Amino acid sequence: MTASGSVALELVQVRKSFGPVVALRSGSLRVTSGSIHALVGENGAGKSTLVKIVAGLYQRDGGDLLLHGQSVDFSSTAASKAAGIAVIYQEPTLFPDLSVTENLFMGRQPVGAGRRIDRKAMHDEALSLFKRLGVNLDPRRLAEGLSIADQQIIEIAKAISLDASVLIMDEPTAALSGVEVDRLFAVARSLRDEGRALVFISHRFDEVFDLCDTVTVMRDGEYISTDAIAETTSAQIVAKMVGREVGELFPKTPATIGEPVLTVSKLERAGVFHDVSFEVRSGEIVALAGLVGAGRSEIARAIFGVDAYDSGTVTINGTTVPGRKPRAAIQAGMGFVPEDRRQQGLVTEASVAHNVASVIRSKLSKLGLITRSSENKAAGPWSGRLEVKTNALDMHATTMSGGNQQKVVIAKWLATNPSLLIIDEPTRGIDVGTKSEVHRLISELAGQGMAILMISSELPEVLGMADRVLVVHEGRITADIDRADATPERVMTAATNTLGATA
Amino acid sequence: MTTPTDMLVEPSRKSAGQRALTTILTSRESAIALVLILVVAAATLNTNSFLFSSDSWRDLLLAPSILLLLAVGQSVVIITRNVDLSVGSTLALTAYLTGRLFVDNPGIPVVAVFLIGMAAGAVLGLINGLLVAFGRVPALVITLGTMYIYRGVVLEWAGSDRINAGDMPKGFLSLGTKTILTIPVLTIIAVAVLAVVGYYLRTARGGRELYAIGSDPDAANLYGLNVRKRVIGAFVLGGALAGLAGVVYAARYGTISSSAGTGIELQAVGAAVIGGVAIFGGSGTVWGAAIGAWLLITINRALPILGVQDFWQRAVVGALILAAIVLDRVLSIRRSRKLIEARDDS
Repeated sequence: MTASGSVALELVQVRKSFGPVVALRSGSLRVTSGSIHALVGENGAGKSTLVKIVAGLYQRDGGDLLLHGQSVDFSSTAASKAAGIAVIYQEPTLFPDLSVTENLFMGRQPVGAGRRIDRKAMHDEALSLFKRLGVNLDPRRLAEGLSIADQQIIEIAKAISLDASVLIMDEPTAALSGVEVDRLFAVARSLRDEGRALVFISHRFDEVFDLCDTVTVMRDGEYISTDAIAETTSAQIVAKMVGREVGELFPKTPATIGEPVLTVSKLERAGVFHDVSFEVRSGEIVALAGLVGAGRSEIARAIFGVDAYDSGTVTINGTTVPGRKPRAAIQAGMGFVPEDRRQQGLVTEASVAHNVASVIRSKLSKLGLITRSSENKAAGPWSGRLEVKTNALDMHATTMSGGNQQKVVIAKWLATNPSLLIIDEPTRGIDVGTKSEVHRLISELAGQGMAILMISSELPEVLGMADRVLVVHEGRITADIDRADATPERVMTAATNTLGATA
Repeated sequence: MTTPTDMLVEPSRKSAGQRALTTILTSRESAIALVLILVVAAATLNTNSFLFSSDSWRDLLLAPSILLLLAVGQSVVIITRNVDLSVGSTLALTAYLTGRLFVDNPGIPVVAVFLIGMAAGAVLGLINGLLVAFGRVPALVITLGTMYIYRGVVLEWAGSDRINAGDMPKGFLSLGTKTILTIPVLTIIAVAVLAVVGYYLRTARGGRELYAIGSDPDAANLYGLNVRKRVIGAFVLGGALAGLAGVVYAARYGTISSSAGTGIELQAVGAAVIGGVAIFGGSGTVWGAAIGAWLLITINRALPILGVQDFWQRAVVGALILAAIVLDRVLSIRRSRKLIEARDDS
């Protein structure tokens, strides 16, 4: 292992963009051996992109990447792995059909005579890894059906067994409970003491201050600062992460809040969410906040009827909506803008007009036929109102920017005249400039009396937009916070359930 | 929240022997083998000579050998979440090639013909593999295309020409009927191939990677596995086994026309599915697929004996495939519900 204190991994002004969206403007990071380096920033700050570049999953557009002082180019994940870099991704990636042991050792199983896989050695090594991590996991069971926490444990065990000199953990604690986090930290510290370099990405500041010795802040795809943990405070880090007043970015206009539009009562689905009850009133923006994988999108999909639920009721304007019937939900006055608009919300190969008119097709059709002019007529006013920047309604949606695509999806639903609009991650993948336009639009809709249920992983967005914040943790609503009382700390505490775990 | 350790699964406390027994008793392979035994038993009770005559014993073992080879190759491809519909055409091409080799090169050694046949099949498989790995088009579409192209090549090449038993040496043709210790040589070849492939899939890194790729291709990429190379390899193996099946076809039937093996690719897929190879990849064994092939062929031979009409003979095969899929689905839903309940309870 390299001596402590030498630079293990260095990135200098690394750039990466995906089409028109710049994910990483200027990413810099300098990690020394024998240290645990925190990388913090809002969602969308470019941390994950940076990690994927180091992992060899993405190729950088520019800038330098150095490993132990040598300039490197990873053309594949295998190359990065071979160079001694292990990455634990935010969302575990396992093979559900294979055993836990096979998941740990895939591609580098211990082999005996005749290159035959030594199953016994593999099994013993898996057991000893789990022992070191202090977990009780059957190495023989299939990976299918494991909880996120258990899957994360496997990812960690995998990375440790790789004997990597650089270990990157992208929010490894997001789904872990207190005791599991403590175990992980103990392992991380022992790896540090062995002289390895660790990069730790987390939104939980208490963890960052507990575990790390150095912290690098990123914002909007750029490097902001690097400080020793001992010489900084969480308030300073937050200021650097946000870098601007929350209010400026998210211009929520006050709206009169009226009668309840959506009432969700005791919604339950085994293994996904439990006892979910809440209301959304007209003119109100309610945010579902929480960590990735907490079950927010699943709740929204169940309300809209895309996914089934086991028990509970969904009522809109006094009428109960049957489960698993999105069409009934649309008729009852619901609109749903999905998280992945390219895949689920937009026919990117079709024209703007066609997209906008797609949900009201049955209204437009005459004798079962839909004419282009009737589509254009229906789409015109909505697109105009939303200021969709497109040369013509005939333009294909695929050529538009993310922000404009999002507007087209919203326009599509407005044409159905919904009383409730569910928006999942309204500004994901949209560049900072256009974000505020989407926010203004949502705010205006609420001002006109529409009830809005917004799911967002971006804390400033949640705090800036929402009248009320519902925090979801492991499928349960753990907090209902009014706008006036909503602080990042309160939301994050409820989302990570730090109190519950230590109690 | 409960104490976190409760959420974790207890390691199995069973002994290795108990585990092996449970695996055998609950495996898909045993279930299919049981059905096969029942079919043979029913047919034998009805007509004693189904099993107890030297010819029918040989046929019971010999008849499935061609489909068995194809089913093994098909399973390897399906395990990687792909499918190869061109194997029937590949079989026809190599079978005709076999005949031509004997016609055009009198005295060519039989071993050389086997090797050339397999190599030709491997090249056709390589074309499939390259197209699938680099074309980013589903294998179903690619191999549907190559199925017609390969068949077209045979049609063009063979025309209305037909290779007859008289064109091929006696030594080669006798392979089709020869037995060692009452076991037909072709069956021995097929089972040997099965054993080698089965062993590779279970114990070699490459074999396990095929399962990983089929289980989750994106995760396989993140793991740093060489997905392209493995997928191409699976298609090459599938093609080579189809090539071998073509040579075996020539030895067994002695007559080869351009329509040889039409539709057999779907039987191979059917055999794999019946044998428990998940159509979306990632699970199943070639052993299951081989027993599936054996069952398919044996059912087709047994049903006429049992007096089942033509239509119902086909319907039974269809029902078997549907039953296999429904069974898989039900079991997987039950398993995941159990796992989820166990998690929620903790």
